[in-house]
Amino acid sequence: MNWITNPWPWYISGPLIALIMFMLLATGKKFGMSSNLRTVCAAVGAGRTSQFFRYDWRADRWNLMVVLGAIIGGFLASNYMSDNTVIINPAVAQQLSEEYNIQSAGENYLPLEIFGTEALSNPYTIILLIVGGVLVGFGARYAGGCTSGHAISGLSNLQLPSLIAVVGFFIGGLSMVHLIFPLIF
Amino acid sequence: MRYLIYLAIGVLFGLVMFKSEAASWFRIYEMFQFGSFHMYGIIGSALAIGIVGVQVIKRKDLKPLGGGKMNLHDKERSVTRYLVGGIIFGLGWALVGACPGPMYVLLGAGYSAIILVLIGAIAGTFLYGLIKEKLPH
Repeated sequence: MNWITNPWPWYISGPLIALIMFMLLATGKKFGMSSNLRTVCAAVGAGRTSQFFRYDWRADRWNLMVVLGAIIGGFLASNYMSDNTVIINPAVAQQLSEEYNIQSAGENYLPLEIFGTEALSNPYTIILLIVGGVLVGFGARYAGGCTSGHAISGLSNLQLPSLIAVVGFFIGGLSMVHLIFPLIF
Repeated sequence: MRYLIYLAIGVLFGLVMFKSEAASWFRIYEMFQFGSFHMYGIIGSALAIGIVGVQVIKRKDLKPLGGGKMNLHDKERSVTRYLVGGIIFGLGWALVGACPGPMYVLLGAGYSAIILVLIGAIAGTFLYGLIKEKLPH
């Protein structure tokens, strides 16, 4: 039963992601995990302030069900199917430890230095997490999609705009890790 | 009944994101350090199957189970919004090590700090709605 607790390899996970996209297409929907953020805004009344949120969000309630399922899936996987450690390339783990004092690679699923309860007593960490979230939410809507909507759905449909967006994702990600991390951590 | 199908798809998504470790900050960092093939393998294999499958759907003109049309539309042509929006998204993705899907997965896994990221993401979406008309698209 090791396949349950061990990490799933890329050649299992990738095809399963494609399967999820096809299941959503088969039900007349599409695979995109950031549009639900717009649904949430619209549902709590953001339509009063912006035309962007004035639409029939009730027709998008299905994506809130997908979100609920994702939360349940995360709960099940973390509690019953995982020892909650992630083993990465030892050279990368060592570099994290030496340059940023992030020691928890190989011991936890997320770096406790950023996501642990103790880190949350640090206002700097709180600001980093919120700013990161704002960048993700703003960028995803500006670009019209995120990793699932552009990198999987859009590229599968051979959309040039999605390729431009994915190039953007990597310019942003590489800049953050290689140029900005040394300044902020 | 239909909602249960979406719930089940969501559960499968959550399991795959967590178990593939695509929801781990460490894996995202490692990817941007080109330290492992893992993340590229996940995206690449999903994409290879996705491209073939979408071509089959289009060539055979397959319909969704409930009838109607497949939700496969051509995206609006532009460079600015995709490039600039993409860069902003990428900056956040690398910082918090999570794109929108995995945020929910990590919430379910019990990492309460991710609530801050989610609040930020909702605020970012709201901010976009507020200033959308002033941005170049």
